[in-house]
This record gives sequence, structure tokens and C-alpha cells, in this order.
Amino acid sequence: MSRLQRSVYLLLSFIVVLGPARAQDGGAQELTIYAATSLTNVFEDMRAAFLEVHETVEIHLNFASSSTLAAQLLQGAPADVFASANELQMQNVVEGDRIDAETVQVFAHNQLLLIAPVDNPAGVDGIASLAEESILLVLAAPGTPIRAYSDAMLLSHNGQLGEDFSERALRNLASEESNVRQVVARVALGEADAGIVYQSDVTGAVQPKLLQFPIAQRHNQLASYPIAPLKDSPRMRLAAEFIEFVFSPAAREILADNGFCPPAILEDALPSDVRLEPTVVAADAPEAESNPCLAPPAPSG
Amino acid sequence: MRPKQNQTPALRRQPQADRFLIFGVSAFAFLLLATPIFVLIGSGLRSRAWEGLPDSSTILAAALLSFASTLAVVCLAAALGTPLAYVLSRYEFRGKRLISLFIELPIVMPPAVAGLALLLTFGRRGAVGAWLAEAGIIIPFSILAVVIAQFFISAPFYIRSAQVGFSGISPEIEDAARVDGAFGWLMFWYITLPIAWRALVSGMILTWARALGEFGATILFAGNLQGKTQTMPLLVYSVFERDINAAIWTGVILIVLALCALFMSQWFARAQDRLTR
Repeated sequence: MSRLQRSVYLLLSFIVVLGPARAQDGGAQELTIYAATSLTNVFEDMRAAFLEVHETVEIHLNFASSSTLAAQLLQGAPADVFASANELQMQNVVEGDRIDAETVQVFAHNQLLLIAPVDNPAGVDGIASLAEESILLVLAAPGTPIRAYSDAMLLSHNGQLGEDFSERALRNLASEESNVRQVVARVALGEADAGIVYQSDVTGAVQPKLLQFPIAQRHNQLASYPIAPLKDSPRMRLAAEFIEFVFSPAAREILADNGFCPPAILEDALPSDVRLEPTVVAADAPEAESNPCLAPPAPSG
Repeated sequence: MRPKQNQTPALRRQPQADRFLIFGVSAFAFLLLATPIFVLIGSGLRSRAWEGLPDSSTILAAALLSFASTLAVVCLAAALGTPLAYVLSRYEFRGKRLISLFIELPIVMPPAVAGLALLLTFGRRGAVGAWLAEAGIIIPFSILAVVIAQFFISAPFYIRSAQVGFSGISPEIEDAARVDGAFGWLMFWYITLPIAWRALVSGMILTWARALGEFGATILFAGNLQGKTQTMPLLVYSVFERDINAAIWTGVILIVLALCALFMSQWFARAQDRLTR
């Protein structure tokens, strides 16, 4: 950032921040966390659990797609912790010199899931349906982590479902949403016939509104969620405490409840070469059943 | 800076301190409004943002879509809004105030709320949309949805402006025209419209400019797909996800377009000023 930009930014943020900053002197510590949209439920639960033991702390959560958050952080947005839905956007912030590469840790994994509205107007019954004519398919916008995973997953079906499968599926694209929660909302509202989201997005209130179709292991993509404190955070200790909490048993439970897999479970069950060598594990391999990440919930309804 | 000639004596006799305060605050207010625009343009130039521009076909598609949809919105606003504004300015009836309030609501309503309301009304499962879907008409994800979203947000600007324009015409002029034998459409076409046209045109330009910048209602109701529903503001947002430099430059192009709109609107206003003087 240039000096002019920085001084203008400082001036404006000073004006905007003046009010809240004064309130902070009163004693309550504030922690600002930037988290990927797919972490919405998890981090709201984690905030509640963290505040039970840190009564004087206030936590502000800012959810948006990882790429938006990364761009905001690179423009100097004030935050204490960044949790990204992929390693690329975390890397961008590291390269922008706002996060120390050594402090980045992966705290959760996630997988893709195909969803359709519960009354399934288009009769979607699996990935193959996506290339059928007049299906309204909704994906996240290019540049978001989920879109990169979705594209890779569609491409990996090309051999099995026809050479131009992914191309035909993308021709059915009705909209590119700015984040994954909006994809979920479109399908839950019944405006779209199908969408590709994270397994963890189908929990809570939207669950009864959606049909879920698991994606075979050898085609599915494994999303990794890194977390790190911002280098210039004035509340480094509190930030570190929160990150420590994210790796605690209580937090692991929250992650599992919300459809994520904590990293250790995954490392136990999934050798690192599975992702690189998709043919090593068949879709119906026995260990798949025991791990929530390897066996997405069976289709409901 | 010298006070203008036609200012009142009281204003000219301001004490020095007062004047300093007024100019100081004014300068600050102007900077607050103008600085972000200059910074945006400046950083676009400095980072050579045009090099990271999304390929020209993407911008062209978004620009064409924006122009087509906003043109439709302006025509629609003129066709539907003119009678409504005329009724509201000429007739007294029960509930008129309530109707005016509802018409102006979209101006202050958060666009995202408007988009949600439109989705619940015209969506595939919506109150009206479910019927249409049975007839095979699906509005969301189509250019029609873009037009509806932009119309909903921006038509009130035209209606309000036209209403003011019509109210400014003294009923005596219309009465005199009636005495001379002009009735109904004839009178509206040859008397009312020519007198109020300046208000109508400036209302149309405001509506056009607002529709051109519409984002929240469009992305919620119409979705976001290149060449189909991705207007210029949606393109800026999508590009921002990938590359902030490209977003800056796309934004600069949009600002230039908006400036042209404002310039045109002011030119019209001045031209009309000269005519009526």
C-alpha cells in the first residue's frame, strides 16, 4: 500500500473506529475473527463455547467468501484471526505479509456434497443428472475455494460420464453465487434444481429442505481449513487463546456436529496419498463407513 | 473565494470565524465524498490495473446487458409511472398518502430486502411465481428478473420526479386549455407533457443511473451469470473475488459511465433552463 493510500485509510478508519475504540477502554476485550462463509455455524457455536470461559471477551465474527476476506485483509482490514476455506487464500494473505507462514495450522476438513430441493422438481438422482438438459444448476463464483473444488470434481467425472460431461453440466449453470451459503439458499428455496456445496453446509434449519447425494470418494475433493492469527494484531494473546481453543476436544465436537472432520481423525483414517491417487480407495471401501468425512450422509427422503 | 453577487447582505457580513467554519466543514464533507473515487482511479492507474482486466468479452457482455436492461427499465418506468404520477398529482382520494409512501419505500429500503421480497413473490415457489412456473415461465436467473429488480428499485425516482413536475403545473393552465377545447389525451400530450418534460427527463435519467448501479436486489433475485444476468456492478463484485486490480479497473469504467449519465442529466436541466427563461 502506498503512503497516500495508507494515510487516507488511517484517517478514515480513525474516524469510523473512534466510537467503538473508546468503548473498549471500559475493560471488555474484543476479538475480530474473519472466517469463510462455510464456517458460519461452527464459529458461532465456538464463540458461544469460548465465551463461557472468557466472560469479559467480545468476539466479532465477519463471514464472507475466503477470497473476499483475503482481499479485505490485504487492504489492511483490522482483524485478529483469519480462518480460510482453502490454503490458497491463506497463502495470499501470508504473501501480503499480514500472517506469519509458521503460525498457519489446518484445523478442519470438509468434502463436497450434491444437493437438490426436497421435492426434487427436476428428478436429480446423482452427479450424472447435472448434465441432463434444462437442469438449473447453481455453483459458487469462480475464484471461491468451493468453485475450484467443484470444477475439479466435475472434471474428474469426465471419463466415467462422457468426455464432455463437465462441459455439459456447466452449460446448465443458472447462476454463480458469491459464496457457498447462497448456493445452499437458492436450492433450499427451490429456485435451483441442484447445487454443489460442502458437506458441512447441510446442517440445522436447511437440512429438512434438502436432498443430499454423496459424491464417490475417488471424485470428491478434500477441503482443508487453515487458521492463523494476524501478525499485527494488538490482541495476539487472546487470538492465540482462541486458536488453541479451536484445537481443543470441545471444539472438535462442535466441528463434528457441524459436518466437518477435525484433522486428527482424518489423518488416522485417510493416508495422505488417497487424494493424490484417487484409485487407491474404492468408493465403497470399508473404512469409509467409520469416518464422517469419508462417508457423507446417505440421501434422505 | 468571494461571495456571489446575488447573495443576501446578511450572508456577506458573516464574521471571519463563521466563514472559516463553514468552508472548513464543507471542504471536509467534499473530501469525504470525493476521496474514495480519486483513490480508486489513482490506484487503478498506478497498479496498471487494466492489464489484469477480465477478457473484453466479459466486460462487453456485462455492459450490453446493463444497457439493455436499464433501457427497458426506463421505458417501463415512463410507460407505467407517468399515469401513476399524474393521478397522484391531480386527484385527491382516500389512501393517497399511503400509496405515495409505498411507492417511495424502495428508495430507502435496503436493496437486499427488495431482492428477497421479489424472490418470495416472483420466485419459482413464490406467491405469483408459482403460477407463472406452471405456465412454464421461470423469472429468476433471466434478464426479465434483472429488469424487474432494477425497476423495483429505480422506478420510484421517476415517479417522484414526474409527480413534482405535474404538481408544478398550475391547474389554471389546464383549465384554460380545456376552455380552448383541449381534452384528455390531447391536453396531456400538447399542454401537460411539454411543460413537465424537464422533470420527466431528469426523473428518467435518475432512474437510469440508479438502475445502472443496482446490485443488491439483482444478485439476490436474478442471480449472477455472465451474459445472462451479470450486469456491470455484479461483474465488479465477481471480479473482486478473483483479482482486486481487475475489480478496480472495472469499477473505474463503471464510474465513467455514471459520470456521463450525470453530465447528460445536468446538460438537459440547463438546456431546459435556457428554454424556459
